[in-house]
Amino acid sequence: MAILKFEGVKKQFGDNVILKDINFEIEEGKFYTILGPSGSGKTTILRLIAGFDYPNGGSIYFAGKQINQLPANQRQVNTVFQDYALFPNLNVFENIAFGLRLKRMKKKEIQLRVQEALALVHLAGYAHRELDELSGGQKQRVAIARAIVNRPKVLLLDEALSALDHKLRKEMQSELRQLQRQLGITFIFVTHDQEEALAMSDQIMIINEGLIEQSGSPVDIYDEPLNHFVADFIGESNIIPATMVRDFAVAINGKEFICVDAGITPGEQVEVVLRPEDLDITTVEKGKLTATVDSQLFRGVDYQIMVHDTDGHEWKINSIHKTTVGKQIGITFDPEDIHVMRKNETQAEFDARLESYQGVEA
Amino acid sequence: MSEKKHLFFALPYYLWLALFVIAPLVLIFYQSFLNLHGQFTVQNYLDFAQSSVYLKMTFNSVWYAFLITGLTLIIAYPVAYIIAQFKSRDFWLALVILPTWINLLLKTYAFIGILGEKGSINTFLRFIGLGSHQLLFTDASFILVAAYIELPFMILPIYNAIVAIKPSLINASLDLGASRFQTFRRVIWPLTKNGVAAGIQAVFIPSLSLFMITRLIGGNRVITLGTAIEEHFLTTQNWGMGSTIGVVLVVAMLIVMLLTDDSKKGGRAK
Ligand SMILES: Nc1ncnc2c1ncn2[C@@H]1O[C@H](COP(=O)(O)OP(=O)(O)OP(=O)(O)O)[C@@H](O)[C@H]1O
Ligand SMILES: [Mg+2]
Repeated sequence: MAILKFEGVKKQFGDNVILKDINFEIEEGKFYTILGPSGSGKTTILRLIAGFDYPNGGSIYFAGKQINQLPANQRQVNTVFQDYALFPNLNVFENIAFGLRLKRMKKKEIQLRVQEALALVHLAGYAHRELDELSGGQKQRVAIARAIVNRPKVLLLDEALSALDHKLRKEMQSELRQLQRQLGITFIFVTHDQEEALAMSDQIMIINEGLIEQSGSPVDIYDEPLNHFVADFIGESNIIPATMVRDFAVAINGKEFICVDAGITPGEQVEVVLRPEDLDITTVEKGKLTATVDSQLFRGVDYQIMVHDTDGHEWKINSIHKTTVGKQIGITFDPEDIHVMRKNETQAEFDARLESYQGVEA
Repeated sequence: MSEKKHLFFALPYYLWLALFVIAPLVLIFYQSFLNLHGQFTVQNYLDFAQSSVYLKMTFNSVWYAFLITGLTLIIAYPVAYIIAQFKSRDFWLALVILPTWINLLLKTYAFIGILGEKGSINTFLRFIGLGSHQLLFTDASFILVAAYIELPFMILPIYNAIVAIKPSLINASLDLGASRFQTFRRVIWPLTKNGVAAGIQAVFIPSLSLFMITRLIGGNRVITLGTAIEEHFLTTQNWGMGSTIGVVLVVAMLIVMLLTDDSKKGGRAK
């Protein structure tokens, strides 16, 4: 059973509608990420779950019970705040023990639990440090320890890693993931960093302007973005207008290509997504499309090459091979590299369509 | 290069300190060892320590300052807390600060108008048939007016401490299971203690040496060290004794500052 459920949840401040109609289910023991641009309502969702704000419409269920108006201190949810929100008047030990002391736990038990939590976040021996003796990354860990020591059912993390530098961030990503597996607690992690979301999550929810655009596993979302917004937001992509010819065939620049999508009306205007790393540069004769190289940027592991085709569409290609600016080249790709997106297709419609022809294919 | 520049810009400040802080203190200290005939002596201190009148005055000063401080604190904390929650808190804070721009004497006279025999309160009491009462020249009116005048100086530091608390700290406390009251006791109060200490200093110390209000509102029924100093300098012209009492007040203030200053200990839990 779902531990947490949003049903048609709305939230507005004055006339400003922040969440329009949010629906999702959270299962126990998984790592969820809410991903979306700044101001899309991610923090607002977490605040509703934690109980710092109440919804204006719809229902929030926790373990089957409606908790719309339940005060924050009565929810089995803990939060790791973006700014850590550690109590400056308390040292590391007392910060972590805060929740346990409120539960009137025995001193010995508190001691034990705090040490255990500190060990989990690799801070054993830091119990008696003051906060100003910690680095940013260490404070981050204390904040996590303070939350998990209460053994919540759900842990909310709001941009928990955004204050850290790149290297530490990468480290903490895998540590967090490991911690989540170890504890079996449901994590709901908010970020606007798509790379982070792809690396850490079991499930990603992509939110934009108060609506969930798509949810699914990282691979699903990367390979089969539902619409222009998702394709653009997740990873790098070429989004090119095209026309559906028939099932498993789509026309780009008037040229027909075999693809793996079906169930779309022939002649329908669609968009195709091609990931830059799926495109290969070849000679004009061997190429499926002809293009001219506009620029080339070395990025350490590969070159990012910008080209424009004979129809004037811009393409982004990631290649480990160098080319020459101004040169005529050919672009090739495989049928499965093409992903066709219909305009205004909902996730349910997409799933239904996928099912209708994948049965045929198999 | 900056060393010299530094000194240059700091000079007015040091000059100010020397002329208006250090010099008066030194003078008072020096004067306190002179008797009426300008001879050097410690008699003033002996007189002070042996006279029950002075000891009673000292006790009175401390006791009334304590009451005034206590009353302002009880009023100021909730007021500061509530103002801090308002959207238009700057406006409300301005209302609190505004009275400090009005001359002290003016405010005191205003209270005579309110509390006096023909004042608005007594007029009202007569109107509802309760007859007139002696409000002016009572301990209560003295404390009330003194507290009113000192109130902004208590509210300001407490307010500043409250608004400095990040809202996420309150949320974190609730999130960890604390009730509103527990959040106050475990988070808000410890984080505003320094503000309260600053407020106590700002109110207690001036309250020790009030003299004008004791006369105009307290009707000289309340004699504090402040009144005594005024008497010695202006009436009996015993500057030596006046200075001695001044030194005693300075020492009392130092003690208050030491007691309320826990910034070095950090106020942390073990
Ligand atoms: N208390 C509030 N009153 C009015 N508007 C608010 C309030 N809280 C949030 N908002 C508005 O709601 C919108 C969404 O805010 P939210 O904090 O959920 O965004 P977010 O997705 O977390 O963005 P970010 O990535 O920048 O943190 C913003 O436009 C914000 O201005
Ligand atoms: Mg946010």
